[in-house]
Amino acid sequence: MSHPVISVEHLSKSYRLGQIGTGTLTNDLKVWWARMRGKPNPLLKIGQSDHGNREGETIWALKDVSFTVEQGEVLGIIGRNGAGKSTLLKILSRVTAPTSGQVKVKGRIASLLEVGTGFHPELTGRENIYLNGAILGMTREEVRRKFDEIVAFAEVEQFIDTPVKRYSSGMYVRLAFAVAAHLEPEILLVDEVLAVGDAEFQKKCLGKMGDVAKEGRTVLFVSHNMAAVQNLCPKALLLVKGSVSSISTTENVISAYHLSQRKTDQIDLDDFRPKWARPYITAVSLVNKDGIQIQSVPMGEDLEFQVEFLCPEGTLLHKPVLGLVINHTTRGSVAGVNMRMTEFNYPRNSFSAGKIIANLQDVNFIQGQYSVDFWLGDGSIDVDAILGYLRFSIEESDVYGTGKTPFSHFGVVYLNPTWRICLNE
Amino acid sequence: MEPSTSASSNDQWDLIIQPQRSLFDLHLGDLWRYRDLVMLFVRRDFVSVYKQTILGPLWYLIQPLLTTITFTVIFGNIAKLPTDGLPQFLFYMSGTVIWTYFAECLTKTSNTFVNNAHLFGKVYFPRLAVPVSILISNLITFGIQFAFFLAFMGIFALRGSEIRPNVWIALSPVLVLMMAGLGLGFGIIISSLTTKYRDLRFLVQFGVQLLMYATPVIYPSSSIPERFQGLIKLNPMTPIVETFRYAFLGAGSVHPLDLLYSAGFMLVIVFLGAVMFNRVEATFMDTV
Repeated sequence: MSHPVISVEHLSKSYRLGQIGTGTLTNDLKVWWARMRGKPNPLLKIGQSDHGNREGETIWALKDVSFTVEQGEVLGIIGRNGAGKSTLLKILSRVTAPTSGQVKVKGRIASLLEVGTGFHPELTGRENIYLNGAILGMTREEVRRKFDEIVAFAEVEQFIDTPVKRYSSGMYVRLAFAVAAHLEPEILLVDEVLAVGDAEFQKKCLGKMGDVAKEGRTVLFVSHNMAAVQNLCPKALLLVKGSVSSISTTENVISAYHLSQRKTDQIDLDDFRPKWARPYITAVSLVNKDGIQIQSVPMGEDLEFQVEFLCPEGTLLHKPVLGLVINHTTRGSVAGVNMRMTEFNYPRNSFSAGKIIANLQDVNFIQGQYSVDFWLGDGSIDVDAILGYLRFSIEESDVYGTGKTPFSHFGVVYLNPTWRICLNE
Repeated sequence: MEPSTSASSNDQWDLIIQPQRSLFDLHLGDLWRYRDLVMLFVRRDFVSVYKQTILGPLWYLIQPLLTTITFTVIFGNIAKLPTDGLPQFLFYMSGTVIWTYFAECLTKTSNTFVNNAHLFGKVYFPRLAVPVSILISNLITFGIQFAFFLAFMGIFALRGSEIRPNVWIALSPVLVLMMAGLGLGFGIIISSLTTKYRDLRFLVQFGVQLLMYATPVIYPSSSIPERFQGLIKLNPMTPIVETFRYAFLGAGSVHPLDLLYSAGFMLVIVFLGAVMFNRVEATFMDTV
């Protein structure tokens, strides 16, 4: 027997692009007054057609989305940026209203994206627990019942009557998470995108999600992390440009996602190409040993980039030269190299299409987010470049074999020291 | 969980999220369910404002006191405005305390959407909880300041000033309610509009200041020339301030019809405000 707890029916949501109205009251009044008298819009420049300040351009963040979620189901929601995942969660959590269609829900919905929402720095831990609990929809009585549990979970007993502005950031997050974790909703919404930045916290979120799922409650999990979706969700939903592209077992949906991504990649590349460049490069990717596209690499492992090119008609590359520069997202450029520097023996002297593989060894990058700029040249003449398109992350790993990892604020590379102590006797 | 057999029937769902709700569905039931939150907001506003200040809650008394002294010196002694025969200090203090409640309600609620965007963007609760909590926390401030005023009234009475509190005092809860309503109504109208028109925020700042001069706060309405009388009576705050003063100090005048006008004005403004607020709250996250 089925127990649907969420029923999404023909849900659509449109946003208007650009400014709504003219932004100031006086101008809007002028437009309105002119319209009332049947005059043309006074703010339009001569020759400009009136496509209406009020209408603007609309984009559909969600278009006719329908699906149901059964009780106890753990559903992963995946899709590219802008596919409508977050909009869907926002509608479900009632932060914004849909344009048309409806959602029917059974039970209380709560989301882990609101951790710490409404915390006031001047208030004590105790006061904030009550305030935050109430914002998340608990009554005072419910919070009182769970109060000791929350405090114990957050490990802040000693500081419970201290203003939270004096908390360390770790304590702050623990307390905020503890409140959300004790909400015990029937339906839990998790947006992983909003939990990034703190690996520890993310793990905790995922752990909590697993617990909730085991208790037979319903979870909706939005994520970019395919591995996490695969681990946690037996079923998944793929959104493509605001519509449900597939809803099936996670395995099927993830392969559909990869397929859809491959198709759209080439269009996207143009956005990352400087004006002078001609379209030689058709794909850039970071791959693992088996040649499969990946988005993250553990610290200490090789980086392998693949750049595919196809010469525009009537052209050939005699000596294709690949250059690349790796940038850290906040600290700037880190390292770069090209094929002319290191010398390379070409197997032939003209190429119309091909793939250049760059394997980089001993890359001692510290954990963090990185992007790569690629240049393709013929001899010493640049013909194409794709800047900042490829992004990847280096993940923490136990490179020293001690369980302790270098701090990310040290910089961008980690060192492999040999220490010696000399005694002055 | 109750067992659900047929999932298709609508009455089994706890919540239905739909696009445009009825204009008049104000979620008052929701607001009642979230009453704990309203009271916690009140507590937060109260506690957080004076934390890390030396004088703490004493500021609640210092503010009206300093304003009253300033008014007494400038308008009473320098400009020599009449005060209906009342002690200047009491005259200005009554006006200041009453006006402050209205002004604070208005200016603070007018920032509802813009100031709470981060909160509203992440979690649902009845948005009216914020302006309502502002009314209540200001009511507490008003209570403290009014008690302060009563204390001064007592001192002046003991020293033989002619003060005649009368039966109109019974009306004061209604007057407070009317001020709260006017402040809330104007405030939420402005807060709804500021999600689209940021320029209104600057208007509120001095608009309230100007409105004070159009209200008998620093002068009695009896001192207004005949040709401006009609104009000053258009201001719904005029009868409220006048009645308040008459009830507690016994000078000035009470016009029941004017009070009815104010009450009607208040109801219209609150209704308009609620409807606009309701419309904006559904989609304002998309525009802010």
